Amino acid sequence: MAPKSAKKVSRNPELIRGIGKYSRSRMYHKRGLWAIKAKNGGAFPRHAPAPKPSLPITKSPKFYPADDVKKPLLNKRNPRPTKLRSSISPGTVLIILAGRFKGKRVVFLKQLPSGLLLITGPFKIYGVPLRRVNQSYLIATSTKVDISVVNFEKFDDKYFAKKVEKKKKKGEGEFFEAEKEEKNVLPQEKKDDQKSVDTPLIKSIEGVPDLKTYLAARFSLKAGMKPHELVF
Amino acid sequence: MPFKRHVEIGRVALINYGKEYGKLVVIVDVVDQNRALVDAPDMVRVQMNFKRLSLTDIKIDIKRVPSKKTLIAAMQEADVQGRWEKSSWGRKLIVQKRRASLNDFDRFKLMLAKIKRGALIRQELAKLKKESAS
Repeated sequence: MAPKSAKKVSRNPELIRGIGKYSRSRMYHKRGLWAIKAKNGGAFPRHAPAPKPSLPITKSPKFYPADDVKKPLLNKRNPRPTKLRSSISPGTVLIILAGRFKGKRVVFLKQLPSGLLLITGPFKIYGVPLRRVNQSYLIATSTKVDISVVNFEKFDDKYFAKKVEKKKKKGEGEFFEAEKEEKNVLPQEKKDDQKSVDTPLIKSIEGVPDLKTYLAARFSLKAGMKPHELVF
Repeated sequence: MPFKRHVEIGRVALINYGKEYGKLVVIVDVVDQNRALVDAPDMVRVQMNFKRLSLTDIKIDIKRVPSKKTLIAAMQEADVQGRWEKSSWGRKLIVQKRRASLNDFDRFKLMLAKIKRGALIRQELAKLKKESAS
């Protein structure tokens, strides 16, 4: 096929949408189809149809269901992480609104592939560890901490997954020792990860005056504060 | 107690209702019993009901319906913006705006500063009390 030289322009100007100026017979003449046919011995040139691939021999099924089976509707959903609010960017100070740490001001690190946000207290001073939080439970302030010094690339959702323990069959004698197995000790590796993220972060926090005490204080609504009028 | 601030040509007023809330304008003409023609350097001249205006103490010297250029020159000469910002009403509005735009971090720093100030005042007071008691 010859390459398209330019954008194909219609030889039939539009009067109104859907109605062209020239009739079918006029357009036949304008396009020169009569000339192409004459050149090719009275018929419009066609190339041979592409060879149809031979279908494999299918046997008719042995079993037809008695009633029509409904096919489920097609699901073309493309899962992707939730859209990050424009006010949240790496290093933003966020206020947690629910859960164990409600009211605490924490530092945002990055958004994980599941859509949850990775945050840290940092743990040493504020008691909030590396944690995943949903965007809906956070208020973003406009205060930002310098986060370029921290390396948090290795954290993702698998890091935070619960460890699956093999179910042990409890025998008679083990009933009394059951208590010892329940305690969950945080592995040393996770403690080291927390430290590696926190130490450079704490340095950049201490660089800004009052920021350390600011993060230590919990947020609460006082008398006269109207949340819809507050600038965060 | 007679009225001190009159509606007159050249009176500076503050818009207290509507889209232009908080703007300083000059009354350049009176349309009828209820409406005035107002103008400001950064807006199109428009008619406004007196109920939308709060009169200020500031009055400038202009003729009825001056041209925009004349108006701006007269406002510069009378230093309307400067006088407004020095007046207690103007200062209050500026402080209100500043307080409303405070960040969460700013509000925290403000709280620390207030506590410090209070502590100093109480120290001084304690000192004075001690001196007067002895």
